[in-house]
Amino acid sequence: MTALTVDRVWKEYGNQIVLENLTLEVAPRSFLALVGPSGCGKTTFLRMILGQEQPTQGRILLDGVPLAPEPGPDRGVVYQRYSVFPHLTVLGNVMLGPELKASRFLGRSFGTARRVLADEARAMLAEVGLAGTEDKYPAQLSGGMQQRLALAQALMMRPRILLLDEPFGALDPGIRGEIHGLMKRLWNEVPMTVVMVTHDLREAFTLATRIIAFDRLRDRPEERERYGATLTKDIAIWPPRVAGKLTHFDIDTPPGRDDLTLDAAAAGTTRHPQGA
Amino acid sequence: MRLINLRPNRGGRVLLACLPFVLLVLAYLIGSAVRLADNPNDKLLPSLSTLAQSIDALAFTPDKRTGDYILWSDTAASLWRLALGLGISALLALTLGLLTGILPVMRALLSPFVAVVSMVPPLALLPVLFIVLGLGEVSKVALIVIGVAPILIRDLTLTAMALPREMIVKAETLSASSWLIAVRVVLPQVLPRLIDSLRLQLGPAFLFLIAAEAISADSGLGYRIFLVRRYLSMDVIFPYVAWITLLAVIMDVALALLRRRLFPWAEMGR
Repeated sequence: MTALTVDRVWKEYGNQIVLENLTLEVAPRSFLALVGPSGCGKTTFLRMILGQEQPTQGRILLDGVPLAPEPGPDRGVVYQRYSVFPHLTVLGNVMLGPELKASRFLGRSFGTARRVLADEARAMLAEVGLAGTEDKYPAQLSGGMQQRLALAQALMMRPRILLLDEPFGALDPGIRGEIHGLMKRLWNEVPMTVVMVTHDLREAFTLATRIIAFDRLRDRPEERERYGATLTKDIAIWPPRVAGKLTHFDIDTPPGRDDLTLDAAAAGTTRHPQGA
Repeated sequence: MRLINLRPNRGGRVLLACLPFVLLVLAYLIGSAVRLADNPNDKLLPSLSTLAQSIDALAFTPDKRTGDYILWSDTAASLWRLALGLGISALLALTLGLLTGILPVMRALLSPFVAVVSMVPPLALLPVLFIVLGLGEVSKVALIVIGVAPILIRDLTLTAMALPREMIVKAETLSASSWLIAVRVVLPQVLPRLIDSLRLQLGPAFLFLIAAEAISADSGLGYRIFLVRRYLSMDVIFPYVAWITLLAVIMDVALALLRRRLFPWAEMGR
């Protein structure tokens, strides 16, 4: 069972080969981090999963079914910027997805349906730490709060895959740490697979279950046009992180002790026992 | 202290803002007094009392022949034409601007056409309009629409296209159809720009209105000005010009207020 299958995918713009021969299987509930130097096609790859761009060759399957050639509600996305709508309030932004889904002509809900939805939206906002900002506009929020809002807005659609395009790249380190905690919790609690593009290796290793590195193997000037980037490293985090379960990454280290194996319940595993 | 760092306070700003107006009025009064001292029958720069008499006759005394108050009936006729012309232009701009801004197919179909049409000098078409549409209200409104709509359409197309692609894709991931993207994402975000565009087009709209009224009408602000021109009635023309300017300024300010009231979010991003 795989959530996402990438099968011999190439992407070319005219003569320029950007990505070559990507093959990848992603397990459900993975948290995939895509890393690599600028201009190596990470974002292009993300856009292909999103459906915003099509592979030149090869195919991408979601739960075994070929992707529709355009973006849809099964794939949520959060960008570094422009992820939320400036003309809607915080609450309006979070309610927008379900409203669009339910009302295909006006794109608005009324009466009881609206109240139920508003309650759901408030719960989601509280979940991401935005309770009390419902009536503000995005321009009145800080960068970190805007990204929390973008996450809440995307999660209202219960996407099977959440795509993140350098979502926390523009945030201060302190804010970024807080939002990493939120991201971890959401990934643990919401049944979704996450694919994140990032420049920040530390972020990749903090959050992901698996790290995919893109690079150009041939990068001499005369080669640059005819050779694209491809997958150069595929690193599974060890000990494995499993969605919804604790690993020793998540155990609070008792003061004065750094040898976590002393705390392990049984030899041979670093996973915290269930129910402990 | 450098001049660039010298900032007037609130009172100073008001004072400075009034200064050019006061100077203009002073210049007029002096010019008028000098000319009238030379020749008491001079018609070019009438004195304040003559102006006041004319304004009273135009605005507050019923016309002997029709019983109308001329200034108000002229204003009503002109504003009605202007409102129709601008309203139709705004509606056209919204529909065509959104269509060409959002749908690449419609852009390919309509954009070059609109670009060429917007280059046709509207006043050159005026005789055609009078011949085809007759001398009534339709041809005057049509001239305003032909003059204003293409620019509004192109402006809204550009505004819609300037929305970040990310926002459109995000709406798609929230299950929006093309129609829903148009009405819930793009339309609300181009409306503030439509109001700004309308403000910028008020001047041209008045130009086309007065041009059409000057040639053929039986009421209207432009009609009156060009009617009394033959008698060198500066005592009518000056108040009318001032009145038209005031109307345009009021509309401009009202649209700005409307924008701030309706789209508070649009001010925050600035």
